Amino acid sequence: MLYREVGQYKTSYGADQALFPILQDRIGITVILLFAFVGVPLTASSFTLDSVLIPVLVLSLAATGLNLLTGFTGLLSLGTGGFMGVGAFACYKLTTFFPNVNIIVLILCSGFFAAAVGTVFGLPSLRIKGFYLAVATLAAQFFLSWCFIRIPWLYNYNVSASIEVPTKTLLGIPVTGPTASPVTRYLIVLSIVALLTLVAANLVRGRIGRTWMAVRDMDLAAQLIGIRLYQTKLLAFAVSSFYCGVAGAMMVFLWLGNAESESFNINQSFLILFMVIIGGLGSLLGSFLGAALIWGLPIVLRAAPAFFGLRIQSATAEQASFVIVGALIIFFLIVEPHGLARLWQIGKQKLRVWPFPY
Amino acid sequence: MHLKKLALSAAAASVVGLSASQAVAQDTLFVPLFTYRTGPFANSGIPIANGMHDYFNMLNARDGGIGGVKLAIQECETGYKNEKGVECYDSVKSKNPLVITPYSTGITLALIPKASVDRIPVFSMAYGLSASAVGADFPWIFNPPATYWDGMSIVLKYIAGKEGGFANLKGKKIGYIYFDGGYGLEPIPLLDQFAKEYGFSVTKYPVPPAQMQNQSGLWLSVRRDRPDWMVMWGWGAMNPTAVQEAAKTGYPMDRFIGVWWSGSEDDARPAGAGAKGYLSLNFNAVGAGYPAIKDIEKYVIAKGNSQTPKGTVGDNFYNRGVMNSAVIAEAIRNAQRITHKKVVNGADVRRGLETLKISDERWKQLGLPGFAAAIQVTCQDHNGHHSAYVQQWDGTKWVKVSDWISPMKEKVLPLLYGAANDYVSKNQPWPKRTEACDDKTL
Repeated sequence: MLYREVGQYKTSYGADQALFPILQDRIGITVILLFAFVGVPLTASSFTLDSVLIPVLVLSLAATGLNLLTGFTGLLSLGTGGFMGVGAFACYKLTTFFPNVNIIVLILCSGFFAAAVGTVFGLPSLRIKGFYLAVATLAAQFFLSWCFIRIPWLYNYNVSASIEVPTKTLLGIPVTGPTASPVTRYLIVLSIVALLTLVAANLVRGRIGRTWMAVRDMDLAAQLIGIRLYQTKLLAFAVSSFYCGVAGAMMVFLWLGNAESESFNINQSFLILFMVIIGGLGSLLGSFLGAALIWGLPIVLRAAPAFFGLRIQSATAEQASFVIVGALIIFFLIVEPHGLARLWQIGKQKLRVWPFPY
Repeated sequence: MHLKKLALSAAAASVVGLSASQAVAQDTLFVPLFTYRTGPFANSGIPIANGMHDYFNMLNARDGGIGGVKLAIQECETGYKNEKGVECYDSVKSKNPLVITPYSTGITLALIPKASVDRIPVFSMAYGLSASAVGADFPWIFNPPATYWDGMSIVLKYIAGKEGGFANLKGKKIGYIYFDGGYGLEPIPLLDQFAKEYGFSVTKYPVPPAQMQNQSGLWLSVRRDRPDWMVMWGWGAMNPTAVQEAAKTGYPMDRFIGVWWSGSEDDARPAGAGAKGYLSLNFNAVGAGYPAIKDIEKYVIAKGNSQTPKGTVGDNFYNRGVMNSAVIAEAIRNAQRITHKKVVNGADVRRGLETLKISDERWKQLGLPGFAAAIQVTCQDHNGHHSAYVQQWDGTKWVKVSDWISPMKEKVLPLLYGAANDYVSKNQPWPKRTEACDDKTL
């Protein structure tokens, strides 16, 4: 009843091929965007912005990148952390070389460096597939981690091998550094993530996305109908690494304020991979849901005892959160192996026929 | 079906972020402790956390707090990870914390630019950014009693003493095994400078954080290279693994000296008899025979108000945590004295830390006679560059084997000022110091 499409006629091909053809969807996305851009900055606390919303947005962009590679093209990659690091260190070096250029431009440009590195490490993808490609990307992860600490030029020869973010302003308002307010940083992160998600949505619905999905489903058949495998796979690596690079640059410049080689280690790659798997492979909404669950759940678990007035030692809460997150991951994969996005799809379908069961 | 509904609602609830809603009473002194009782560094973090927490609980139980105002202590688990540390900081900064003790060089580096903006002092006792000893550039960061560079100069003084003088260092080989992160990388410029000056060679053995328990290949290289001395800058699981591997490859333990963060009993004990002779720096005393520690046992541990396991009171890192809290308590007392307020805030405690003066007599009054060297902090010098001593593992406990050795300040200070200038110039715009100086040295 709520999702009835009856009466919504399309009179042009353009309207039929719109991103949100159903009126209810358009209303829904407008409400969500209004709430995100206007409602949240007005109501959220500094802690919620700094430690919940900004990280979830940054990580969901990285998850979108990995989803394009693993979910849409079927190329399993464990190098996400390394590609995020390439974007972060590239952005840092760009601010050193071009201190007067707008930081948002630099963040987007650092994605291109990550894309170049991703393409190089995607070269084995024509010869090897599946699990073996995962190991090749694992090699990329370890190699990049090694680079971040053994190439002093990358961190401007700092003794501590960590990079600190200088204060940059936009229209006179500081946007990076300790004086930047959480609201400013949140709005910039949200804008970049919204823009890049729109680009990704159009990519996956168009010719390029279909070639990726064809490669995922059966690359031999795709090759037979004329899809050029090598170019498609390399393009997938490039675009995915671009997204991961921008996410890495935002992680350092707009969230943490500093980083070292350990911030982009193998655990970061696994974290993003879990977000994509839980959220749903091959779904952009899934990246957001997965990021929100994997990042938000430990925070909720840590805050829950205090909320209910129970006094639990912080170490116990930490260990309990490990156990509960792990158990929930297994539980979700049993209940719905296609991830949270599939749960939303099922929910939407139920809403279409509600109050009838079918 | 019900299970699925439950799973769905749990998923929905977890998407909403809850802000940490622990209420802190208005008339308390709130001190957050960033600890790590989980993760690969927990073996070092747990005794320090116990010591820090127990001392404050003792002050609450025995004296009713500081100046009559109770302390509210909250541990935040960081796991030695930078993101968690920043998250802990964000969750406590709105609750008027008096001082932040990150207990991680990485987290300290992340918080240094934020401290002056949020007006919360950071107390990084003998760790963190060595250059933050320069009070003019870092008014909100304090790191007494000594920096990593002081520690390296003390190690070299001890080695020179054992070799018969600095002139005898010429031609010797010193191996430096270190944690491959900010903590281990910092002393390297000083070590290289000394190597050039005194004519010894340095071989560096970095241990990546992911490979801390996998040092067998590294120690085989040490056996091949045969350095005359090994210096270690380790933490967490790296320490006991290094000592075990050194014992296994037969490196002479009395030529293996670790910095003060590599001197826990748990670092030497796992190697058993093979660790005998292992050396380490230290700046606090070991043992439970001090009146303040006996008070902790009486007022806190006996009452069941502590997570400290039996038999670990008086361990080196437990006492390190006690010293950390004792210095913070002194700073709070200082702040109360300067501002004539009982319930002080972060800016007041900054002034309290900047005028810190704990003489030997004062240590005695605190119930810790001879526990540590006298500490003095000034506006210009947020560190003091105080002495440390060398202790040796005799198989069951640490034994002091040297006098208090003072650092080579004339070599360390120029490097320190250079590093501070470097940091400030790389992080422009760096705020100029506007805080007034209470002891007129600035």
